[in-house]
Amino acid sequence: MSAPTSVLVVGASAAGLATADALRRKGFSGQLTVLGAEPHLPYDRPPLSKQVLAGTWEPERTQLRAPDALSALDAEFILGDPAVGLELAARTVRTASGRALRADAVVVATGLRPRVLPGQADLAGVHVLRTLDDAVALRADLLAATRLVVVGDGVLGAEIAATARGMGVAVTVAGPQPAPLASQFGPVVAGLLAQLHTEHGVELRLGTGVAGLVGAGCRVTGVRLAGGAVLPADVVVVAMGATPATEWLADSGLRLDNGLVCDAHCRAAEGVYAVGDVARWHHEGLGRLVRLENRTNATEQARAVAAAILGQGRPYAPVPFFWTDQFDAKIQVYGVLSADAEVSVVDGDVADRRFVARYQRDGRLIGVLGWNMPKQTRLRRQELVAPTQPAPAPPQPLTPRAGSLSVQ
Amino acid sequence: MKVSVDEAKCCGAGQCVLLAPEVFDQREDDGIVVLLDETPAEHLHDVVREAASVCPAAAIELSENA
Repeated sequence: MSAPTSVLVVGASAAGLATADALRRKGFSGQLTVLGAEPHLPYDRPPLSKQVLAGTWEPERTQLRAPDALSALDAEFILGDPAVGLELAARTVRTASGRALRADAVVVATGLRPRVLPGQADLAGVHVLRTLDDAVALRADLLAATRLVVVGDGVLGAEIAATARGMGVAVTVAGPQPAPLASQFGPVVAGLLAQLHTEHGVELRLGTGVAGLVGAGCRVTGVRLAGGAVLPADVVVVAMGATPATEWLADSGLRLDNGLVCDAHCRAAEGVYAVGDVARWHHEGLGRLVRLENRTNATEQARAVAAAILGQGRPYAPVPFFWTDQFDAKIQVYGVLSADAEVSVVDGDVADRRFVARYQRDGRLIGVLGWNMPKQTRLRRQELVAPTQPAPAPPQPLTPRAGSLSVQ
Repeated sequence: MKVSVDEAKCCGAGQCVLLAPEVFDQREDDGIVVLLDETPAEHLHDVVREAASVCPAAAIELSENA
């Protein structure tokens, strides 16, 4: 395909904005349109569960670009108008308001939709947290709340629990794992995270499924666990993960399977690309299809997609990265961790709650996790790029120590 | 080009250091950005723009006219 003269980016969040940004930086001078489902200018999501929910940031502070920087992009932003369909052959996107937008290249950046519990829509006091409006609504409800139940023991659920505790709300976390993030962090580090939450007064009701919501009239009053027990609540947050927002592509002929499936260049079809949370592409380094719900992937993949559109693409094979801040812990992760990995501390000390741990499986390094040592963790990222190099420091085995770490 | 950083926004991801170690570093204790050169040489401008663009906290501001 010759160089496109027009690009339509469907999605106006971090990945969509970064794609537009990267196209211009790489010299694209054609027509650029960014279509967003939400009414807001591009904003950042990671602060929603932390600074915005806590009220330490005004919502406006999440804006990803100042107005003059946005206008310098020379892109048309069409906001508050969700895409509802794609005609693949004509590369034409139809919108809820009836627009038909055609472009030489279409970039799908529609992100995720949170999972919900049955009956959730009919009960006041039950929230998800994905958008800025979600965060503002949850904060308003929490300010009047005494008891929050968080359904979900992943990153988002744990962050919301920590923030809500900081607001003085009684918090219970329910979820199927033995400890928050146990399926990624493994028993020892997840056990430390559980201990951190418990020390701050979060009640963990983990290792059991959630059967459903309990309400009185049209207001939620609790969460029923699989065993029958009811956790009382005046506010509930459902943070059970999310699904790629691809329903608008259902009739497009594109391959949808846990995201929009793409080749190693993030290309779903001739002239159609995907970026960010919604994209499931072939990662040549890992040798399989990968979809990353990580903030830094949104911008990193955007650079790759912009290059691919302009014919300068290389296979996109990043080192996955995410971070999470909970209470006083800043946790950073490179690579893809696994609960069954062998974990060894290579910097700092778990007892000091400042450490870097290497995760190995079958003798191969798969990831690095840092706890309150961001710089030292980042310095070890290189070991994932060149995994044959020996670790500079002799690893000390990390095993649960009675009394210091409890794995629930 | 003049570079400024917002330490309060920085999340310590270190993406800027990976791209432009001549211009950015991280504090040893908490990983927050350290600006090494607020008026980087011209050959670094492209990579600094890239760093500002990929910063996951939008914590790097550039003034191109300075």
